[in-house]
Amino acid sequence: MTTVPTLYGMVLAGILFGLGVLGVIIRRNLFFILLSLEIMLNAAGLAFVVAGSRWAQADGQVMFIFILTVAAAELSVGLALLIQFQHRFHTLDIDAASDLRG
Amino acid sequence: MNVIFYLAGAVAILSTVLAISRLNAIHALLYMIVSLLAVALSFFTLGAPFAAVLEVIIYAGAIMVLFVFVVMLLNVGPEATEQERLWLQPANWGGPAVLAVILIAELAYVTLHEVLAAPPAQIITPLGVSLTLLGPYLLGVELASFVLMAGLVAAFHAGRREPD
Repeated sequence: MTTVPTLYGMVLAGILFGLGVLGVIIRRNLFFILLSLEIMLNAAGLAFVVAGSRWAQADGQVMFIFILTVAAAELSVGLALLIQFQHRFHTLDIDAASDLRG
Repeated sequence: MNVIFYLAGAVAILSTVLAISRLNAIHALLYMIVSLLAVALSFFTLGAPFAAVLEVIIYAGAIMVLFVFVVMLLNVGPEATEQERLWLQPANWGGPAVLAVILIAELAYVTLHEVLAAPPAQIITPLGVSLTLLGPYLLGVELASFVLMAGLVAAFHAGRREPD
């Protein structure tokens, strides 16, 4: 019963973060961009927990709780903006808002 | 324990790839929830049960439900019923269900075979986490409350329907 090597945990976190970045890049739908941001925050939390597990310290999980808080706050603002976006442009295509008014 | 971590990681990567490549928001959410559950299982194998519980309750439970609510808000109208009927086809929920069954099988294996009798390097209990959180990181907790307050105000302001 060996423990999980830290490297593989970090690789998993890196892959998940990369997938989140990829999602932000390839999707033009505001909804999926928010989802990809959540994937990235989750991957960052995973990296913290892996590091906390490596050194047997609780700090990693504390940081995970902070990331959870930030993710919840960011998402609530993001989803409010998404609803506003839908009301204003009647689409979720992020390119619809590429023009500045002014 | 190793095998469980690798399998959970594979499920997480696969379901995340499927989540960001779906065309339909609800399908993506189903895969995303499976991905979060898989990450929670890998937290568990890393000796962080408290983080695993928070991942399930807050991420998969609360944040994803927020997403679902918004999808429901955006889909009002007569065509929504037809869409609901299309979404209930087995082809739509089959993929997430298969991936979730893998996770359930892993959980059953862990529970039944007492793998945890030989725990990972060191389990960090919720007690240790809370002592650290409310001890050296007390300032961080206060800052987190700032963030939550700002998020609340911003969501209330931005989510208002414009009078025009």
